[in-house]
Amino acid sequence: MSAARSLPWFARHEARLAWRDMLAMMTAGQPRRERRVAIWLVAFAVSLHAIAYLVLRPYVSREIQPDLPTLIAVTSTILLSGSAMLSQAMESVTRTFYTRSDLELILSAPVQAQKVFAVRIGAMALSASLMSILLMGPFIDILIFRGGPRWLGAYGILIAVSLVTTVLAVALTIKLFQLIGPRRTRLAAQIVAAIVGGIFVIGLQTAAMFSGGTFSRLSFLQSSFVLAHVPGEHSILWWPARAALGNWHALIWVLGGSVLAFLAITARYAPRFAGYVLAATSTSIRPRYRQSGSNRFRVGTPAMVLRRKERLLILRDPWLISQSLMQLLYLSPPALLLWHNYGRGSTAIVLVPVLIMSAGQLAGGLAWLTISGEDAPDLVGSAPVAPGRLLRAKIEAVMQCIGLIFCPFVAGLLLVSRYQALIAFAGIFLAAASSTAIQLWFRAQAKRSQFRRRHTSSRIATLAEALISINWAAAGGIAVTGSPLGIIVVLLAAFLLWCVWRLSPARLR
Amino acid sequence: MNPDQTTPALSIKGLRKSFGRPAVDDLALNVRAGEFYLLLGPNGAGKTTTLRMVSGLLKPDAGEIRIFGIDAIADPVAAKRITGWLSDEPMIYDKLTPLEYLEFVAGLWSVEASVAAARARELLGWLNLEAHARERCEGFSRGMRQKVALAGALVHDPKLIILDEPLTGLDAGSARMVKDVLAEKVRADASVVMTTHILEIAERMADRIGVISGGRLVAEGTLAELRDQFGRGQASLEDMFLTIVEQDRAAE
Repeated sequence: MSAARSLPWFARHEARLAWRDMLAMMTAGQPRRERRVAIWLVAFAVSLHAIAYLVLRPYVSREIQPDLPTLIAVTSTILLSGSAMLSQAMESVTRTFYTRSDLELILSAPVQAQKVFAVRIGAMALSASLMSILLMGPFIDILIFRGGPRWLGAYGILIAVSLVTTVLAVALTIKLFQLIGPRRTRLAAQIVAAIVGGIFVIGLQTAAMFSGGTFSRLSFLQSSFVLAHVPGEHSILWWPARAALGNWHALIWVLGGSVLAFLAITARYAPRFAGYVLAATSTSIRPRYRQSGSNRFRVGTPAMVLRRKERLLILRDPWLISQSLMQLLYLSPPALLLWHNYGRGSTAIVLVPVLIMSAGQLAGGLAWLTISGEDAPDLVGSAPVAPGRLLRAKIEAVMQCIGLIFCPFVAGLLLVSRYQALIAFAGIFLAAASSTAIQLWFRAQAKRSQFRRRHTSSRIATLAEALISINWAAAGGIAVTGSPLGIIVVLLAAFLLWCVWRLSPARLR
Repeated sequence: MNPDQTTPALSIKGLRKSFGRPAVDDLALNVRAGEFYLLLGPNGAGKTTTLRMVSGLLKPDAGEIRIFGIDAIADPVAAKRITGWLSDEPMIYDKLTPLEYLEFVAGLWSVEASVAAARARELLGWLNLEAHARERCEGFSRGMRQKVALAGALVHDPKLIILDEPLTGLDAGSARMVKDVLAEKVRADASVVMTTHILEIAERMADRIGVISGGRLVAEGTLAELRDQFGRGQASLEDMFLTIVEQDRAAE
């Protein structure tokens, strides 16, 4: 057994907490579900392997050579997952800074706080590694199965990317902290994380659209323009890609370098972490006397004040704003495409499904916030207003926000084609209404601050929300081509929605 | 005589609620108009469950609840219109200012804007929150949050005020302020039903005291009546309370 307060002792403590936390998240706090969750996980892993097999089959049947186009494709995949991992790591670092939980206990104990924070930085890297292995592992397994053990190097690259992105997130967040102070860092870090998470894929997509008029990132990466502007294939820049492709020499250098970078940055920042955490947590306990609102008292009908309250709370929620920004960011390539191809009438097949999918996902989040994430349920419940009227006002608030965000896109489409605008409008409305209905059927009272963990309260609701949004998006995409097949997808979406209703707790209420 | 003076502010008959085991079991009690009624009981006695049913936040399994003669189960909206509820956990919106919060509550109860504005300012003044009226609640201390929530419970000028442990976690100054506001409301003819573990309040403020144990009302009366029934000589309320609860547990 490791000595109390040593690094391994803290690591064991953190591992136990993380394990229980993860278990609670997977089972939504119900221990009886453990077996069912295990079965689902196995099924998930098997289906991911099947998908990976289908996707990779045409590529791994032939010998992959580390030529320049392959190195570019592998490097962009690494950068793509790296940007997503950096975004996640920044979220984790911000959470560590601003969540008080056990920090006051630990910091008030006679222990070296740097040990705790070194372990916590390590835990972030570990969880990032595990998450990337969970998602990318099946693809690597298929590559190993079909192409041989040289592909094991890809696992090494995943670990290296996790280590680098974690310490990069630590360094970035601390830099923000030093630059703008603890109070503003929280929001800024969330926004930076959202931008970092999407910027690479969006940048690539935009470049692909404008240079080649294509939506295929791969075609863009293999284009003569890119091949002419990147360094030669012997450049050090391609070492991570070479390592992933089975070059052990490159793997040792890349993995060794990332471990060294991790240790160096952890050693540099862990001792300062305690000070930053204290500064950050004290901002959340010190009264933040921010003046807002007007002196004028405006009282309308209960429905009006409810809608106004929901709008105000959404607008004043920094995390939600950063998430919405992310949604809008992902909408920027199709928006640019709309502008670029204005008048040519060929964009809707891509734009409409993207709009519909985004509307469904955004509405799901907003509906959870307004319906389940009510911070004063007793107040609203004890008000002399019929429950149905309260719910209607909350749903109206969600639909107003969706309308506000998506109206400009529909208006843009209207300039191109009335039919496409109509399909987009119907799709956006149906996707948003479906997601809102699902949130309504599966509502479970929670605090708004639990928004991050909203997916854990009902796996069915989360899955259904995504699946039905995809269906509406597909139906919209098919409908703009004028194909009658769209009706089948519409019927499928309606059937899925009916199935979700049958499974929902609302049916039993 | 005003008909409201003869109609009980709160009348409960045969109230039952079970969460696997009975939480409230055939409870009956009456609170007179203009009365400060204190509900005492050990942890898990059913006080909060009772008050949540009265406020329309929980549906009873059986029984009758009337608020100034209005059937609160058949017509909850009408009953809620004249009721104010405050729970032990101040539930307010962090991102709203006290003024915005009161504006929202006034809207829910359909209070006319000018009346609501005047009442809001009066309440914020009483509760010493004027200086913070336009600051977001996110940095407020527990005491300040509880005072904002109390102002919310009173902004529509309810005839029946229901408070569940409103003084939990408040410092002496804030607790005094809340007690003063409640006393003022009772003077203005409002009725108050309140639970607390602070027995000193019962001795100083309550017109009548009800003791709940095991979901049933086991004793009720003024302090003097309870003393006559359960106390010996100058027994403190704490001694009487413990005697009542012990007697009830022994009887079970």
